[in-house]
Amino acid sequence: MNMDRVIRRRPRGKVHVPTVTLAHGGGGKAMKDLVDDVFISAFNNPLLDTMEDQARLPLDGLATRGDRLAFTTDSYVVDPLIFPGGDIGKLAVCGTINDLAVGGAIPLHLSCAVIVEEGVTIELLRRIAQSVAQTAAKAGVQIVTGDTKVVQRGACDKLFITTTGLGVIPPGIDLAIGSAQVGDEVLVNGVLGDHGAAILVARGDMVLDTPIESDCAPLHELIAALLAAAPGTRFIRDATRGGVATVLNEIAGASGVAIEIDERATPIRDEVKGFCEILGLDPLYLANEGKVVIIVPARERDAALLAMQEHPLGRGAVRIGRVLEGEAGRVTMRTAIGGRRIVDMLVGEQLPRIC
Amino acid sequence: MKFVDEFRDRQNAEALVAEIARLAASIGITRTRPLQIMEVCGGHTHSIFRYGIEGMLPASVELVHGPGCPVCVLPMGRIDDCVSIAERPGVIVTTFGDAMRVPGSRKSLLQARAEGADIRMVYSPMDALELARKNPSREVVFFAIGFETTMPATALTVLQAEADGIANFSVFCNHITIVPTIKAILDSPDLQLDGFLGPGHVSMVVGTTPYEFVSQFYRKPLVVAGFEPLDVLLSIVMVLRQIKEGRAEVENQYSRIVPDEGNAAALRAVAQVYELREFFEWRGLGSIDHSGIRFREAYARFDAERRFTVPNAKIADPKSCQCGEVLKGVLKPWQCKVFGSACTPEAPLGALMVSSEGACAAYYQYGGRRGQDAA
Repeated sequence: MNMDRVIRRRPRGKVHVPTVTLAHGGGGKAMKDLVDDVFISAFNNPLLDTMEDQARLPLDGLATRGDRLAFTTDSYVVDPLIFPGGDIGKLAVCGTINDLAVGGAIPLHLSCAVIVEEGVTIELLRRIAQSVAQTAAKAGVQIVTGDTKVVQRGACDKLFITTTGLGVIPPGIDLAIGSAQVGDEVLVNGVLGDHGAAILVARGDMVLDTPIESDCAPLHELIAALLAAAPGTRFIRDATRGGVATVLNEIAGASGVAIEIDERATPIRDEVKGFCEILGLDPLYLANEGKVVIIVPARERDAALLAMQEHPLGRGAVRIGRVLEGEAGRVTMRTAIGGRRIVDMLVGEQLPRIC
Repeated sequence: MKFVDEFRDRQNAEALVAEIARLAASIGITRTRPLQIMEVCGGHTHSIFRYGIEGMLPASVELVHGPGCPVCVLPMGRIDDCVSIAERPGVIVTTFGDAMRVPGSRKSLLQARAEGADIRMVYSPMDALELARKNPSREVVFFAIGFETTMPATALTVLQAEADGIANFSVFCNHITIVPTIKAILDSPDLQLDGFLGPGHVSMVVGTTPYEFVSQFYRKPLVVAGFEPLDVLLSIVMVLRQIKEGRAEVENQYSRIVPDEGNAAALRAVAQVYELREFFEWRGLGSIDHSGIRFREAYARFDAERRFTVPNAKIADPKSCQCGEVLKGVLKPWQCKVFGSACTPEAPLGALMVSSEGACAAYYQYGGRRGQDAA
């Protein structure tokens, strides 16, 4: 079938109203106009433009690049939709790319499903769609299929996005959460807690002189460089909800090891430190959207750090701790003054101090 | 100076710990049991656990965790009262963070919120007043908790509400006073304390003179302490020096924040709006005379207890709950029968497991389970 003929024949729809209405989710002309004008024109690639119900991806192309498919999904419900350093669209692309990348996969294709509350402005929706498109394009990833639903006022909070990602894992890469061993080193690629703090600030509760920005970023190229320099890397995970502390607990539990980190080695921006001090929050539990925890064998630590530091998203890469003998699943911290305390899983949400 | 870094310097900390060990050893020659120092204030408990200070001290010095956590001592009946206010249509209840998780006899404020009550977290009572200003058709109630530290903010907010003629704002007042707390500890037959770390931010308001009864009548040293780890360590050194030298005085380690005479403007605002209650119910400690405050008659219209009828029931703690003994320092958290089993942060039986300043929550989160130290 001649794709050019199909594409040329179909005229693009355009939206003529300022806000999203239930009609835009009804499956008729209004919906076609919305999808064409806001999403298809932004994402704009041959796979998507066929407008079939599914994206069709030749297997032989995938098999030349890797021997396993990596497949992941995530929903994004962040509030506010737009915050310093990004927006829900950028987050939806980076988060899913990173979920592929931490498994050593080359991210290739994304789906993008959107649920919109009636009353959202077309201008806002367009801005988010552009953000999705630009973030994906910069990362070299295509949005190849999607869905749009409109719900009545109150049925969702403005906008929810779900992205599913497909990638391939090159042969020989076998990262596993259960593979940490005594003697391994714990690394991170930069300052911790920026995204969580930025969201709390953006919600308007505290007015700060220095705005804190989210660290939202796609990490697949950084991770590829890391794995090339340190092929013995055991495991990588992005430290999203629950922060670095949660990831460390997950690793310690799954590998049946103890982990200890050094408070003086954990890199945190001064503004985030100050913000956390005032509110009584612990930055180790704040979300990151551009930071990963990496477990490497000791002999590859220096190579891993150097490779990351060469990359713009890894300039602040440091060693924060090690895997040691001790109670399986226990994570401890050597405090700034030389004491020792446990770094546990978070219970509920972090709530600010009273006095 | 950044304050955050200088007061967490490892070398200085190690020097102070060495001094503590030296003093404890020289005092210890004449003693058969460890030296017991109580930190009254929940903020100190949090600091001690968060930095792992207890594990750095010699075995001859024991820290006893006191009842100075205003959330921890809230009786369940008062939570029920607040929930009943929140469940009235049109009411917005505002509160600080931790109070939302404390279990009442049926549910916590957090659970009430999940079931549809309008309960919002605020950082200051002024936020609650702002909410009342912006929502004239709603009744806004501020759930006021805290020792003297937070009383001035509540009082000043009420004065502001009066000046601005705000009619839809009231306060559910659970403020408590520190002196009766310390006195109840000293009068308790279960305890044999050798000294105190005095509250830091309460003292910023009340000064250091209210604690003189501790040194003059009970002959125990009390050092008003700051919250950074070096503050805590230095304060312990100061208490031990007093013991070694046979002194019993009130000393002020936190002088960079605490004026000896307190904050006169804050105290004036509090005295204008509030008066002492004859007695107030404390979780685990029972009824303590003159330990709570209530609105003066002139400000009765801001008193949520008079604006709304509340159940006002005295709810006994669950039988297995030993919060009272842990609050008094008689039991260590892990010695409570239900610590870590029936009572955990996910499903707390008592308030000490809820608040981040409660000894049980602090120990569970930072210090291990079942009596195992992190050190």
